[in-house]
Amino acid sequence: MMAQIQQEDKINLGAKKFGMWIFILTSCMLFAALTSGFIVYNGGHGHGLDVILPQAFKYSTAVIILSSVTLFMASRAAKGLQFAKQRLYLWLTFFLGIAFFAIQIYAWYVLTYKMQVYFVNPNASRSFIYVFSGMHLAHVLAALLVLLSTIRSSYKNIPQVKNLFKMEITSIFWHFLDIVWIYLYVFLLLNQY
Amino acid sequence: MSTLAVHDHGIVHHEEGHEHHHKQTFLNTYVFSQDHKMIAKQFLITGITMAFIGMCLSLLFRIQLAYPDKAFPLLETLLGRFAPGGRLSPDFYMSLVTIHGTIMVFFVLTAGLSGTFANLLIPLQIGARDMASPFVNMLSYWFFLMASLVMVSSFLVQKGPASGGWTIYPPLSALPKAMPGSGEGMTLWLISMVLFIASSLMGGINYISTILNMRTKGMDLWKMPLTIWALFLTAVLGVLAFPVLVAGVVLLIFDRSFGTSFYLSDIVLNGQVQPFEGGSPILFQHLFWFLGHPEVYIIIMPAMGLSSEILAVNSRKPIFGYHAMVYSLIGISVLSFIVWGHHMFVTGMNPFLGGVFMITTLIIAVPSAVKTFNWLATLWRGNIRFTPGMLFAIGMVSFFISGGLTGIFLGNAALDINLHDTYFVVAHFHLVMGSAAIFGMLAGVYHWFPKMFRRMMDERLGYLHFWITFIGAYLVFFPMHFMGLDGVPRRYYAFTEFESMKHWLTVNVFITWAAIMSGVAQVVFIANFIYSIFFGKKATQNPWNANTLEWTTPVEHLHGNWPGEIPTVYRWPYDYSKPGHEEDFIPQTVPYSQTMSSNSVHDFEDNPAGLEEYTKWAVANKVNEQVK
Repeated sequence: MMAQIQQEDKINLGAKKFGMWIFILTSCMLFAALTSGFIVYNGGHGHGLDVILPQAFKYSTAVIILSSVTLFMASRAAKGLQFAKQRLYLWLTFFLGIAFFAIQIYAWYVLTYKMQVYFVNPNASRSFIYVFSGMHLAHVLAALLVLLSTIRSSYKNIPQVKNLFKMEITSIFWHFLDIVWIYLYVFLLLNQY
Repeated sequence: MSTLAVHDHGIVHHEEGHEHHHKQTFLNTYVFSQDHKMIAKQFLITGITMAFIGMCLSLLFRIQLAYPDKAFPLLETLLGRFAPGGRLSPDFYMSLVTIHGTIMVFFVLTAGLSGTFANLLIPLQIGARDMASPFVNMLSYWFFLMASLVMVSSFLVQKGPASGGWTIYPPLSALPKAMPGSGEGMTLWLISMVLFIASSLMGGINYISTILNMRTKGMDLWKMPLTIWALFLTAVLGVLAFPVLVAGVVLLIFDRSFGTSFYLSDIVLNGQVQPFEGGSPILFQHLFWFLGHPEVYIIIMPAMGLSSEILAVNSRKPIFGYHAMVYSLIGISVLSFIVWGHHMFVTGMNPFLGGVFMITTLIIAVPSAVKTFNWLATLWRGNIRFTPGMLFAIGMVSFFISGGLTGIFLGNAALDINLHDTYFVVAHFHLVMGSAAIFGMLAGVYHWFPKMFRRMMDERLGYLHFWITFIGAYLVFFPMHFMGLDGVPRRYYAFTEFESMKHWLTVNVFITWAAIMSGVAQVVFIANFIYSIFFGKKATQNPWNANTLEWTTPVEHLHGNWPGEIPTVYRWPYDYSKPGHEEDFIPQTVPYSQTMSSNSVHDFEDNPAGLEEYTKWAVANKVNEQVK
């Protein structure tokens, strides 16, 4: 009986996937709260952002969009049982994720050393740039770990149901982070002046 | 999926050991358990421990309030540097108030209440083997325990725990040097809270996913007991509100430790001008109360759900207005997100905005009143069985009414500006949120104790516990209304320091003794609780003759809850005293075909085939369709 019940728990993937969606909802609330914080701060004190955002953010946006495309290709490959292709695209996504991470850090470097827009700033609107991108990067870090675990299991001979489940979980998370970054970037651009 | 049959339980039993990590060891049964029933017990016992600590803290500061000028050498022995000369130090008094609030709001009435009953009742009442993710569920408990330990450990640091109030408003909380409690104590508070939020989110995600995905066959949303509805909406509120607190706390941590100016501006500390500029402490209040207000519903809604269930079972009547109960819970949940400003009427808010928040706040009175009237109507002419659980549920209704009424006072901006931060507020929320929620929780403990520990709690001790606590709580909190109306501010260390407050000292003495009396009653409860776990009367499978699914599981716990197939659900959970049926309850698992004599046309509203069968049967048996 025990074994049966264990089995049943494992089949329970639908409920777990739903849990992922709820997690996405909590993240949405987090970023909504941060951006509303920005609006309240901005509206209350007349401290505008007044910074030309570094070019690097454009490149990182392109990179993360590209990584979403490669992850989509990986999912398609997984559904078509082309596992070598799935692995290739997963690795591509992973490296694009790392590249995104690096470009964001570079953007911070540009902000700090080239533009003298510091994190510790009497104008907290500018600190918010770091908070937005930093909280997003924290999520990206977590997503990279999820991605790694999916890559790892793609080398093992796991049941296709499980493989597709892992792909779906990863995709939900990754595409969401893609969308969040676009949201944050557009939000910053709209409040640039 | 959860309804998959497990047919061969007879055969496979002796095969259990074949995969050795499934073996039952002490560690995976009692400590790192992934079974929802064990996790519920872990939450309950941790919650009760935290409640006891929180209560002792309150008794300490009550002693200070009653006898501000007296020295108690025992206090110095117990608390050392926090009570020099046998009198609490003012800083430590503030710490006590802060940690009492934090522990009670978050650790007892959020995690202890939701954590216990969501874990216990969700799988059992919807008919699931376990939570959606038992592993994440286990993590949720361990994060909660770590958070509790960190919070309590803040008493061990040199300068004492956080002392800026449970709302940790900056600038006090953002400047480590502002006062002793803002140093390491505050840091520990923040660490504890981050762990707590993680725990709460993991729990909430699991609860929602389980309820929406894993109900047994026949258990549609409108057949769920109100407990499940309440726990579901509570989890939704938590999932939406806690991330906002994360945002607030993250910015606070940056201000504290990195020197940013999100919340800080124009600060002079010990005669030195600080470099912070342009921040807004009000921003923190917005972020905090966007969580903070839904939080009070996170606290009260599980208590409402538990009480609804217990009131119906022990009145032997269907809950009055089941749909209205659900819709009012939904109404409260939605409204809870657009009222946070009523905590901020005195922050210099635009009066027009204040007016908006006032209107939304007052609208909450409508669903709350719907619930109250429905509880009373459920009791009305019921066959009431006064079990201890029932008494506590009635007590919950009582406190909800008497505390809720003052909410209408405080929701009015014009009155709140006078009453803000006075004892009137203290009286209000201790009745409506504190006492009502703790009574709901205790009702739940008495009612579901047999499900959790397979034994019954002692009834007579339960009655003793109820009456002393019920009377005690009113004696403690009711006089505070008058202090508040007289303008006595909350959180003041010694009333003797102020001419206008001196005459309230006698009332403080009275309140303190009432609090001590109620505290002793909780010792009775804990003794009863521990004694009954080991030596209580053995419980039967369905000791309260209740309809819900948890009472169809065997008394002995087993992983997966039901030995065979999960039962199918055919009817709503409130068929108590249904006319025409020989017993006064019909469990949810009994199909209508077995209860022909008690069926009515109303039972087949969305079931034409059933209606046809029933009409045939009725004609054959010459039953008048209008039989009531």
